[in-house]
Amino acid sequence: MGLLSSKNKEILVGPLSKNNPVIVQMLGICSALAVTSKLEPSIVMGLSVTAVVAFANVIISLLRHTIPNRIRIIVQLVVCAALVTIISEVLKAFAYDVNKQLSVFVGLIITNCILMGRLEAFALGNGPWESFLDGIGNGLGYGIILVIVGFFRELLGSGTLLGIQVVPQVFYDFGYVNNGLMILPPMALIVVAVIIWVHRSRNKDLQEN
Amino acid sequence: MEELLSTFVRSIFVENMIFAYYLGMCSFLAVSKNVKTALGLGMAVTFILVCTLPINYMLENYVLKEGALSWLGAPFAEVNLSFLSLLIFIAIIASFTQLVEMVVEKYAPALYASLGIFLPLIAVNCAILGGSLFMQQKALANVGVATVYGLGSGIGWLLAIVGMAAIREKLAYSDIPKSLKGLGITFIITGLMGIGFMCFSGLKI
Repeated sequence: MGLLSSKNKEILVGPLSKNNPVIVQMLGICSALAVTSKLEPSIVMGLSVTAVVAFANVIISLLRHTIPNRIRIIVQLVVCAALVTIISEVLKAFAYDVNKQLSVFVGLIITNCILMGRLEAFALGNGPWESFLDGIGNGLGYGIILVIVGFFRELLGSGTLLGIQVVPQVFYDFGYVNNGLMILPPMALIVVAVIIWVHRSRNKDLQEN
Repeated sequence: MEELLSTFVRSIFVENMIFAYYLGMCSFLAVSKNVKTALGLGMAVTFILVCTLPINYMLENYVLKEGALSWLGAPFAEVNLSFLSLLIFIAIIASFTQLVEMVVEKYAPALYASLGIFLPLIAVNCAILGGSLFMQQKALANVGVATVYGLGSGIGWLLAIVGMAAIREKLAYSDIPKSLKGLGITFIITGLMGIGFMCFSGLKI
């Protein structure tokens, strides 16, 4: 079996849309909503989660035959907590401002359900390479949603992208006003709801009754 | 006394775990289908928050924080273990959940049966770890305030999930676009409830 056989490609690409962790599997919603009022923290958060999920998947997958079944939740939590501590120290050292904006949500990656969900559902039953791909795929699927939500909230809420003004001054002269509601927490939920709406009207088989 | 009361009210309404920080959304969305189970889970979450916050507060202030070990003597005065706080907090929460589960199973089997699988799942509920992390970030004044903060956050979470479950029970009779059914409309309702809760943000006692 090659490194990127068709099955592995499916593992990597599936979570981006059809099997997206946030809008289809309903995992990791808490942090997806809380950090997306600007684009930059969304990107950083997406990358951090991708790194943690990928490496946690590999570690648990390597240990899967040695962990006693009864204490596996504690073992998984400890592995995740160690990885998250590393990520949070790295962010403190190299991206201090973003780390401040993310506040407790970096620590909360531990209890991000994507992590536990993928470890339980995938890493415990598959080899390290597949688990690594699965982690990358799910992390990116999560990241994509964060970036879309962050993009619209920053564009409509403050008229900037990554801190750079993109809505031209002419608009403001003619009476265009930034929508302050987009910055506030409840709008994240509504933006995600719209994404779900669009996604489900394109993928009819995901609709609920 | 005044501080206790204001912490309590603030943590229920202004800093509501769900509507202001979105903590515990996963179980909030998954378990809010009927009022009875929502109430059970809400009470379990409140209970664990009230138990773990004081413990984590003591650990934070007497073991982990910079200079917290000075009660052991001068050589320990400069030890800073705060990088371990995530690990310690999650370990306390996970083991406490396990302990509560075993105690409830032994002495109150009826309650255990009604809570079912929700008890073990609480260990990975972000509202609980979030409570501890906010406690650390806000540097609350003493153990009493920390306990009241835990109680208030728990009750706020309980209010939100029970309200949501009540709305979703009625939602069965409404006409919703097909692709918005289920998850989509739940998000929108949570958003609207959040906007409603924002009117408490000016509240001061």
